[in-house]
Amino acid sequence: MSEPLLSVAGLKTIFNTRNGLLHAVDDVTFSLDRGEILGLVGESGSGKSVTGFSLLGLIEQPGEIAGGSIRFDGQELVGASINTLRSIRGKRIAMIFQDPAMTLNPVLTIRQQMKLAFDAHAGQQQSDFTKRAIEVLTKVGIPDPAARLDAYPHQFSGGMRQRVAIAIALLHSPDIIIADEPTTALDVSIQAQILAEMRSLAQETGTALIWISHDLATIAALAHRIAVMYAGRIVEQGTTSALIRAPRHPYTQGLLNSRPDRFPPKAKLPQIRGAMPSLSNLPQGCAFAPRCQFASDLCRSKIPPWSGTPQDGFACYHPLERAP
Amino acid sequence: MAAFIVQRIVQGIVVMAAMSLLVFLGVYAIGNPIDVLLAPDATQEIRAQTIARYGLDRPLYEQYGQFVWRVLHGDLGRSFVFNMPVTTLIFQRLPATLELTLAAVLGATLIGVPLGIYAGYRPQSRTARWIMGISVIGFSVPTFWIGLVLILTFAVTLGWLPAGGRGETASLFGIQWSFLTGNGLKHLLLPALNLSLFKLALMIRLARAGTREIMLTDTVRFARATGQSEATIIRHHVLRLISIPLVTVFGLELGSTLAFAVVTETIFSWPGVGKLIIDSIQSLDRPVMVAYLVLVSLLFIAINFLVDLCYVALDPRMQKS
Amino acid sequence: MAQGHLRRFWDEFAENRIAVAALVVVLTLVALALLAPLIAPQNPYDLSSLVLSDSRRPPGFVGSKGFTHWLGTDAQGRDLLSAILYGLKISLQIGLSAGAIAFSVGVSLGAGAAFIGGRFEAIAMRIVDLQLSFPAILLALVISALTGQGKLQLIVALAAAHYTYFARTAHGAAVAERSKEYVEAARSTPLSSLRVLFRHILPNCLPPLIVVATVQVANAIALEATLSFLGLGLPPTEPSLGALIANGFQYMLSGRYWISIFPGIALIILIIAVNIVGDQIRDQINPGLRR
Repeated sequence: MSEPLLSVAGLKTIFNTRNGLLHAVDDVTFSLDRGEILGLVGESGSGKSVTGFSLLGLIEQPGEIAGGSIRFDGQELVGASINTLRSIRGKRIAMIFQDPAMTLNPVLTIRQQMKLAFDAHAGQQQSDFTKRAIEVLTKVGIPDPAARLDAYPHQFSGGMRQRVAIAIALLHSPDIIIADEPTTALDVSIQAQILAEMRSLAQETGTALIWISHDLATIAALAHRIAVMYAGRIVEQGTTSALIRAPRHPYTQGLLNSRPDRFPPKAKLPQIRGAMPSLSNLPQGCAFAPRCQFASDLCRSKIPPWSGTPQDGFACYHPLERAP
Repeated sequence: MAAFIVQRIVQGIVVMAAMSLLVFLGVYAIGNPIDVLLAPDATQEIRAQTIARYGLDRPLYEQYGQFVWRVLHGDLGRSFVFNMPVTTLIFQRLPATLELTLAAVLGATLIGVPLGIYAGYRPQSRTARWIMGISVIGFSVPTFWIGLVLILTFAVTLGWLPAGGRGETASLFGIQWSFLTGNGLKHLLLPALNLSLFKLALMIRLARAGTREIMLTDTVRFARATGQSEATIIRHHVLRLISIPLVTVFGLELGSTLAFAVVTETIFSWPGVGKLIIDSIQSLDRPVMVAYLVLVSLLFIAINFLVDLCYVALDPRMQKS
Repeated sequence: MAQGHLRRFWDEFAENRIAVAALVVVLTLVALALLAPLIAPQNPYDLSSLVLSDSRRPPGFVGSKGFTHWLGTDAQGRDLLSAILYGLKISLQIGLSAGAIAFSVGVSLGAGAAFIGGRFEAIAMRIVDLQLSFPAILLALVISALTGQGKLQLIVALAAAHYTYFARTAHGAAVAERSKEYVEAARSTPLSSLRVLFRHILPNCLPPLIVVATVQVANAIALEATLSFLGLGLPPTEPSLGALIANGFQYMLSGRYWISIFPGIALIILIIAVNIVGDQIRDQINPGLRR
């Protein structure tokens, strides 16, 4: 098998804050093939968004990437120059964000914003721009794109705004799109539409997706593989079907159990006890131990090592049994 | 849009009415109105005549009506000191003040905004700290004191620039301007610098605060994620977004600078309306005071109106609603 | 609890060395002003003690009274150091009184408007906004021109020019408080509505008001100096720092810089120090502005 499109190994991103050093991303390892959809799931503060930003070198002071490697198409991105990173951002790896109302510039027309993103990568002709813009806007399902090009973001609905953001991400036909909770701020019906569209878009263009979400249900419907993050670390990783059918890590189990559709109406929903510890105040050993019914003294003293292959495994001393 | 303009014009008329009432009460009712109309050395006979002519024996509301009537007809009285209609007097002096004010505010904006953006873009840098230090000084040190130091340094000690007056002027559109001659420009430099320092500090602070806020938004992150360079982001995103509050403040400050020109004009003997009002306060030339206040209020309202129009032009979100 | 709060506030304040230095400067200047009659070498208002032949002497000149004029003398032969100490006292007195009056009037109006609500609130705050858009210096100029020279008139003019900032701030904070549930609940019991104003609304408005107060006292001192410099402030017999600077202005062009410069330095040190202290307090009260 050839080298994957993107392989992340031992990634460490820290924030040097007033309250001390925070390990927002700690020893994160995963890889992504062309056209593959990877779901990155976790609660807020689990480091999933920071992981996404780290891939593009978008970590700002007081944060920094403190270690590990990000290899993209044979090129090392950790420690790469800003010019190298910029030539990749938007062109080969694009990103879309949670709230389209916050990402688009409210005082520029869609045309102006697309033009800026278009011109960020040299080698295109001005005459190509309008054609390309209309093409991607059509692809994401904006009606009458030629006319809408001169509208301002506030003249679009939330779902349409996010479609515009996706169109901007598609401008240069990137190899990877990192989607950071792109449907969280939208209505449920629009969420489903956009999910379906993203899946077919990825399929037809061969773009790989890293889909970041706190919602395991969404991710399960979309992703080929899933990585579960907790307090800055990946605690379990595997193919979607295996991970959903037979989770190994108690935290994954807990996430699955809190899905209301798994239980009959009126049944009492099981919950994961307690809350995720703050990154500035992590317990010794396994960060999930305080909330885990299987936790032992070993869990509370040493961080559990990774078991299995990097693509398919978990970090737990007391994994759930996998049915034969 | 039309409704908006009409609404603002009505608002302006209301404000002018309130201002005229205040000015009237302030100068005519609290002070002795006869002082406003006549020189202190007028004879009894003239006094009686004037009282009858202006209806000073009438009730106050009637007097106010007459005052408004006269103002509406452009009659603001005569200056005792200069013995000419105050409107003529003020319009003679106004170009000098406008020139000084515009030079100061434009200078402050053109220098202050880039400095402020830099300080907001790299808030931890040494340069940013220096810029903020300068802005603290510009903000807290009184204008008149800066004027003194400028004169002492550049006029008295170094002898590079003149300490007062407008210098040579040249005519444009039938009005005399200093900035058109080399000598006039030299005369303009120190007063304009003096008047601009406070605005400079203000522009630095605003641009810095705006830039800092915007740099942390997802708009900038998204722009970065599309591969746009930092220069592009600052030019097209940051500058465009902070221009909205900046234009507002620019307009408001144009008005207050017009008022602060009083101090600078006095220090640098700049023959504008500011120096005129101080002179007329000291010589109790009250018609000039009244005219000045009415005029400044009018300018204020006009400027605020223009600022609102710019605001609508700059912020597309305002256009629909 | 309240004490722990203050303690923490001070600890954080003490982290900024410049702010602490500024606070020390402010306190020193206030002490110097209070002690002026005791430590000044001369009573600058006692015209009989002035010797005309000692006038406009440079710093370090030993006068006919036998003591050294460390900062020189002014046109009347006053020892400048003494004049500055007394001037400092007057400047502080006027700035603080005007600040206190503006505070009381502004806070009553702002919080009162928020509390009463309805048309009164709308009209009162509209007037305040209108006045805020009008430069304070112009208003002070007009009032002091109409009322004539004098300490009291000056204080009134300054207070009238500055109360709006307090009114705006108090109104904003009070409106924010008003919408909170406990105030709603307390207001529905008729007996305690005034108590709500004094026990809940006002204390919660206090932090932003303290910030405005420091800045406005500095502004009032600066404005007083400006008015005095323009000849519209205090009579020359009782010169504040601004008047001292104005008196020396005409001699500056002939190179006798000290008559204006030394009072000016005292003035700006005072104003900058107060502003730095105010900035630090503001940063601590609005942590959102830091980062």
